[in-house]
Amino acid sequence: MASIGLINYATFMGTMIGIYGILALGLNVQWGVTGLFNAGIAGFFAVGAYLSALLTAPPSPERIMGWELPVLVGWLGAMAGAALIAWPIGRVCLRFRSDYLAIATIGVAEVIRLVLRTEETLSGGARGITGVPRPFGGLEYSLSQFAYFALVIAVLLMVYWALERQLTAPWGRMMKAIRDNEQAAAAMGKDVERRRLESFVLGAAIMGLAGALYVHFMRAITPEAIDPMIATFLVWIMLILGGSGNNRGAILGAVIIWLIWSMSEFITDQLPADVATQAKYVRVFLIGLMLQLILRFRPEGLLPEESVQRTSHLAPPRS
Amino acid sequence: MLEFINFYIIPGIVIGAIYALGAIGITLIFGILRFGHFAHGDLATTGAYLALGVTTLIGLTPWLSLPVAMILTALLAYGIHRLFYRHLEARPKILTVMASLGIGMMLRSVVQVAWGVDPLAYGSGIARAQSFAGLMLRPREIATLALTLALVATLLAFLRYSKWGKAMRAMSDNPDLARLCGVDNDRVTRLTWFIVGALAAASGFCLGINTELTTMMGWSAMLSMFAAAVLGGVGRVEGAVVGGLVIGLAEELSVLLVPSPYKSATAFVILLAILLLRPQGIFKGKVL
Repeated sequence: MASIGLINYATFMGTMIGIYGILALGLNVQWGVTGLFNAGIAGFFAVGAYLSALLTAPPSPERIMGWELPVLVGWLGAMAGAALIAWPIGRVCLRFRSDYLAIATIGVAEVIRLVLRTEETLSGGARGITGVPRPFGGLEYSLSQFAYFALVIAVLLMVYWALERQLTAPWGRMMKAIRDNEQAAAAMGKDVERRRLESFVLGAAIMGLAGALYVHFMRAITPEAIDPMIATFLVWIMLILGGSGNNRGAILGAVIIWLIWSMSEFITDQLPADVATQAKYVRVFLIGLMLQLILRFRPEGLLPEESVQRTSHLAPPRS
Repeated sequence: MLEFINFYIIPGIVIGAIYALGAIGITLIFGILRFGHFAHGDLATTGAYLALGVTTLIGLTPWLSLPVAMILTALLAYGIHRLFYRHLEARPKILTVMASLGIGMMLRSVVQVAWGVDPLAYGSGIARAQSFAGLMLRPREIATLALTLALVATLLAFLRYSKWGKAMRAMSDNPDLARLCGVDNDRVTRLTWFIVGALAAASGFCLGINTELTTMMGWSAMLSMFAAAVLGGVGRVEGAVVGGLVIGLAEELSVLLVPSPYKSATAFVILLAILLLRPQGIFKGKVL
C-alpha cells in the first residue's frame, strides 16, 4: 500500500512539474527571448483554467455556460482566451519600457481575481466549478492519475518542440536581435512593437494552456485555489534559475524549484500547528531571497542561453 | 450635496493623500534611479507595522511613534538598496525591477511572521467625526491631510532650494551630466532612499490608522500608487500629489457607476488610459 501511495504522490508531483514547466516555457517566450516582464502570470493561468472549465463542465443553475464540449476545445479556448486578454495590454504597454508592462500585468491579474470573486455566475461562487472532466478520468484512480501525467508530459514536450522550432527559425533570431539591441533591429526594418506583441500573446496563450491542464487535473477550481503572487513568483524563479532564453533551462528550473517548494511544504506540515503558519511565510521569504542570490551570482541560470556570438544579455556589460 | 461631499469627496481626498505619499516615493525612484520599485507597497506596510511595534514596545502614542518608524524605514530602504539593488546597477534596469518584486514578497513575509496575518489596529476606541459647518471630519483624517501637506511642502522646498535637492533634480534630468558637474551620484542615491523610505512609512501609517493594519494593504495599494505616479508624470513630485488625489477621488466615486468590489480596478483603468493617451502624464514627466 505504501508503495502505491508513493507512486501516486510521485505522479501528482510529476503532473504539477509538467504544468509549471509549460508556464515556464510560456514565460521564456516573453522574458527569455523577448525581454518582456510579465508579473501577472497567474492571471493568464486563471483565465485559461476557468475558460476551459466552463467550456467542458456540465451545466449548473448557479453559473453560466457549462457546455460539455470536448476537452480539446476547452484547451484551445483557454489559449485563445488568454491571448485575447494579453493583446490589448500588449498594445498599450509594449511601446514603453517593461516596467510599465510589469505594473499593467499585475493590474490585469488583480482585475481577473476581482472578477472571479465578484461574479458568482461566472465562477460558481464559493463552491467554484466542479465536475470538470478529465481525460482518462474513467479509469481506476492510480491509472487515471498516471495517464493524465503522461498526457501533460506529452503536451509539455509538444510545446517545447514547437518553441524550439520557432526560436531557431528566423522569427526567434529576430526576437533576440530586438531584445539585445532594439535600435539596431528597428534600423534593419524590424517592426519592434509588433514582434513584441506577437511574443507576448504567444507566451500568454501557453500560460492559458497550462491553466487548462491544471483545471482538468484538479477537476474543480475556486477563486482561492492558487495564490496569484506566489504562483507568478515561482514561475519567475524557475525560469531565472534554469536559464532565461533556454527552453531546456526553463523545464529544468521547473523541476528543481517545484521539488524544493513542495518538499519544504512537506517539512513545514510536520511542524506543530502554531508554528506551521509562520513557517509558510518563512518559505516565501526564502524563495524571495533565492531570487536575489541567483540574480546576483548566477544571472544566466544553470543552463545559459546558447549563443554563438554573445554572452547572456543578463550578464554585466563587458566594457 | 453635503452628504455627497461627506461620503465620497472627503474619503477620496484622504485616501488620495495616502496614495500621494506613496506615489512620491515611486516617482522619485522612477525618475532618479530609473526603475519601477515594486517593493514600495510592502515597504509602506513594513513602515506601518514598525510604527505599531514602537507603539506597543515603548508605549508612545501612534502619532509620536510615526517619526521613529519613518527613520527606521528610511534606514531599511537604504539597507535594501545596499544589500540587493546596488550590485545590479550596472546591469539592465529590468533586473532591479525584478529584484524589487522579490524584496516586496520578502518584506511582506517578514511582517506576516512577526505580526501574524490578522488585521490589527493602532489603538482601540472610536474616533468620532466632528462637524465643521456640515463637513464631517475625523481627527485622524485632519491629521493625515495636515501631515501630507507638511511633508509635500517640505520636500518641494528641499528639492527647489537646497543644494542636495538640486543635485537630486540634476541626477533625475541627466545622471552623466550631473556627475560631470560634480554631483556625487552615490550620495544622491542614498539620500533618495532615505526620503523614499520615510515617505513610504508615512503613507503606510496613514493607511493603517484610517482603516486597519493588514499585511496585504501595501501590496493592494501599490497599483493605485503607481497609477498616480504615471498619471502625474514620472519624476514629478507635484504630479504624484495631483495623481494621488485624482486616483483616490476616482476610486471613491467609482462606486456610483460600478459595483463596489470593482473599486480597486479603477486605478488600473486610469493607468491604461493614461498610457494610451498621454504617457508623459499631466505634468509632462519622463517616459521610460
